[in-house]
Amino acid sequence: MQASAIRNGIALPRWSGWAIALFCFVLLWKFGAEQLPWAFEYPRKAMIPAARWIGDFTKWLLNEATFGLFTFQEFTRFIAAVIDFPYRIALSLLSTGFLQGEGSAAVQITPPLSWIAVIVTFTLLGLHAGGMRLAALVAACLGFVALFGQWQSAMVTLASILVAVPLGVAGGAALGVLAWRSPAFERAIRPVLDLMQTIPVFAYLVPILFLFGFGPTAAVVATLIYAMPPMTRVTQLALSRVPGELTDLGRMVGCSRRQMLWRVMVPASMPSLMVGVNQVIMLSLNMVIIASMIGAGGLGFDVLAALRRLDFGAGLEAGLAIVALAVALDRLSQAFAARRTGAAPTAGNPVQRHPYLAGALATIVIAGLAGLAVPAVQTYPEALELSTGTFWSEVVAWINVNFFDAIEAVKNAVLLNLLIPFKRFLLDLPWLGVAGLLAFAGWRLGGWQLAVLAGVLAFLIAATGQWEKAMITVYLCGISVLFAMLIGVPVGILAAERERLWTVVRVVIDTLQTLPSFVYLMPAVMLFRVGDFTAMVAVVAYAVAPAIRYTVLGLQHVDPKLIEAGRAMGCTPNQILLRIKLKLALPEIMLGLNQTVMFALSMLVITALVGTRDLGQEVYIALTKADPGRGLVAGLAVAFIAIITDRLNQAGARAARARLGLGDAQA
Amino acid sequence: MTADPAESRDAKLVCRNVWKLFGARGREVLETLGPDPAPGAITAQGLVPAVRDVSLTVAEGEIFVIMGLSGSGKSTLVRLMSRLIEPTAGEILFNGRDLLAASDAEMMMIRRHKMGMVFQHFALLPHLSVLDNVAFPLDVQGMGREERIARARKMIELVGLGGREDAFPRQLSGGQQQRVGIARSLAVEPELWFLDEPFSALDPLIRREMQDEFIRLQSVLKKTIVFITHDFDEAIRLADRIAIMKDGAIVQQGTPEEIVMSPADDYVREFSRAVPKAKVVRVTSAMRPADGPEPQAGVDARATIAEAAPLFLDGAERLKVTEGQGGTLGHLHLADVIRLMLGG
Repeated sequence: MQASAIRNGIALPRWSGWAIALFCFVLLWKFGAEQLPWAFEYPRKAMIPAARWIGDFTKWLLNEATFGLFTFQEFTRFIAAVIDFPYRIALSLLSTGFLQGEGSAAVQITPPLSWIAVIVTFTLLGLHAGGMRLAALVAACLGFVALFGQWQSAMVTLASILVAVPLGVAGGAALGVLAWRSPAFERAIRPVLDLMQTIPVFAYLVPILFLFGFGPTAAVVATLIYAMPPMTRVTQLALSRVPGELTDLGRMVGCSRRQMLWRVMVPASMPSLMVGVNQVIMLSLNMVIIASMIGAGGLGFDVLAALRRLDFGAGLEAGLAIVALAVALDRLSQAFAARRTGAAPTAGNPVQRHPYLAGALATIVIAGLAGLAVPAVQTYPEALELSTGTFWSEVVAWINVNFFDAIEAVKNAVLLNLLIPFKRFLLDLPWLGVAGLLAFAGWRLGGWQLAVLAGVLAFLIAATGQWEKAMITVYLCGISVLFAMLIGVPVGILAAERERLWTVVRVVIDTLQTLPSFVYLMPAVMLFRVGDFTAMVAVVAYAVAPAIRYTVLGLQHVDPKLIEAGRAMGCTPNQILLRIKLKLALPEIMLGLNQTVMFALSMLVITALVGTRDLGQEVYIALTKADPGRGLVAGLAVAFIAIITDRLNQAGARAARARLGLGDAQA
Repeated sequence: MTADPAESRDAKLVCRNVWKLFGARGREVLETLGPDPAPGAITAQGLVPAVRDVSLTVAEGEIFVIMGLSGSGKSTLVRLMSRLIEPTAGEILFNGRDLLAASDAEMMMIRRHKMGMVFQHFALLPHLSVLDNVAFPLDVQGMGREERIARARKMIELVGLGGREDAFPRQLSGGQQQRVGIARSLAVEPELWFLDEPFSALDPLIRREMQDEFIRLQSVLKKTIVFITHDFDEAIRLADRIAIMKDGAIVQQGTPEEIVMSPADDYVREFSRAVPKAKVVRVTSAMRPADGPEPQAGVDARATIAEAAPLFLDGAERLKVTEGQGGTLGHLHLADVIRLMLGG
């Protein structure tokens, strides 16, 4: 831009382009309503009936599509069978026991694993991977689940996780290897991955429901779509980051393609790959509640049911049980990732060589036999269960009784002075102007390709008739992100310099992130009832985590030499913070903003349950009406908003990095 | 440069007019630009000339050092020699056979059995023990466990790491890790041994120790070696012959003595100036024809002036220069030695 201005002999300041664009925008907005009404309200006749197309397409897939040898329906049934078989085994093992016969006539051949056997097995895994501390943590987590009477549900959830995670890891890794081998495949799959990660899960629940029917199988499919993309990305990235010398080594010793992959590349990138596995586990657990909407059962169903009854205590307990499972599985997988292989003992008999395995098997057998005689060994005795449900309900009731007016006043003040004016303002804007402005921003930040992308996606939102709902989404998301950043950045700045505070803050945001998003809704609803304000509170609570995390990371990654240089020049601590640290951390903080937006969008869809009127609501309605077209179109609109924000933001961060001389931005 | 003197001897590896241009359509661009394109013309096409028109011959049993600063193309050149990178143009002959004509499968077999490589950053597989790392190339070949373990143990013994077989790379110091790298590259008993800056990542003291170790190994193994380094002193110390690279092209090649005594241009002179001449000049270069009485003390023809100098300490004016058990080649005079040593 600057170069072209100089070439023309006019030294325009850098912001002049922006000024002109904004001026045109305001002109269109204020005076265009009469001349160009279609720029404000997208004409009905030119609407793209995408919802109908998708609906018809789904029906066609289901009834007529064929690959020649087999029909599409047979294909989905095949996938269902692949998932169903291991799921049944896992479920029998953990929850129902192995049955003979069907339905109510079924006879139990063997009981499921006793709760003691499961806890001991996982504890031994912890001992094996990470020593005493991890073992104690895992035992405590699972003990918590049993103590609060969530065992049965937890085992149903665990069964679906145990099926979804290996499938997700294997599938994701296979795609990642393909993407690493073939750049063409990588280019082809990248937008698909982007969509898989940005479309709200609700949007594809309906098509999945159509294709796989209601039940655990459909839930696992949805989980896979949601949890697989990071594994693909991580695999591809990890393989391409293996040092060139190691690939040279592989070729020098004459590895075949297969040897290269399995003997050199995979072992060398194992720590990164385990990060991917960890991601799959965590995302699968994130999906637990949403998946229960299409028949997953288990803890997710308990939370959802509690939410519908507005039974805060019960929801919290089931939600915390999910967190306990998540913490146990997360730490276990992390420990396995960090574990360094030592020489395996080769001496001794099988029991001596595999003490943990032997111990686990022995416990399972002994507990199984003892369980036949003593029911308390088989099933956690109800008499020992705890419940805090009523306590929490009473707390909320007490707050409502004593602070109702104060809460109401805050809520109304924010609503009247901030939320509603902002919403009106956004709804008032012409879609054409907004699309144009976005395209202009794309052009300035990332060239014409980004301009086309931003412009076309914005146009598509309007053309499919989603503009108004999209603007409501933008308004809620924007306000929430603003609050999240206003809270997150200062907290991040404080925490970055204080090691102790950061340890505490990190525990808090880790918990916030593992807590299923639905759990946020309940206290918000109980205190503020349904509405936009409630949605905003829940979204802020969920999205503040990345805002803090990235601020801290950005500040901590600032080159200490530069800070030292600043100190040597006599900068005050404030100057160091403002002129060195924050400036250099800016790209990182912008990526944090990006993540905050993504988190906010994903949470926003869930807040449809508390009565917002945005795209999320549209998706949710489509789910209840089983209308795949409507749900997908609204879901895609959310994805488009996410993609536009993400691309613009990343281009901005890249530009900032380049300006600050921080080297190449990450892709 | 005159015709390569080594061409007449047993040539193990020959490079003729080898080019490597990084970027799209390198070959076509090179063809259109003619036989001797200016570097500017290549970069103007958006290509990076990493190796330009390199011709060299590595003779059987010699240590051929390629020396250059970073970015001079030396690491690319060594990868072209093993076809880890495909050359844009030129010929590479290994044992007289055109490597560029070899199929992928043939290339795999050549690398498996005839070549070994040591890497700057060791390139050890983190999940394997020392023993398994050394045995890895043999495992890839499909050798049975007993045999490859036995051979790996022998190699570990050879590089002086006996007793650390079960350690993992992360538990070893840099010098030890590179010993593992050396043992691994030797495990297949290669005919041609590439060492890509093997000691650059090590501390100076360890580097010196490893160089001595390398000289000891070579005196036993007598491999044909292509050794890459950015350290001129290391090159002088180890090389039978040196090629100095700059901007992808070879500036000068010859024995250390030739390089130090008659540098081809200012660039080479800049490196060689700091090297004490007595350490590279061989006694044969400074000796005069034998005349007068035969001196008592003698010195081997391969010795440098610096090595011969102490022999004058017991009052001799002249030394006889002998080749092995053979006769006297000439006499080395004290005055010449002093002139050379004081001359720097």
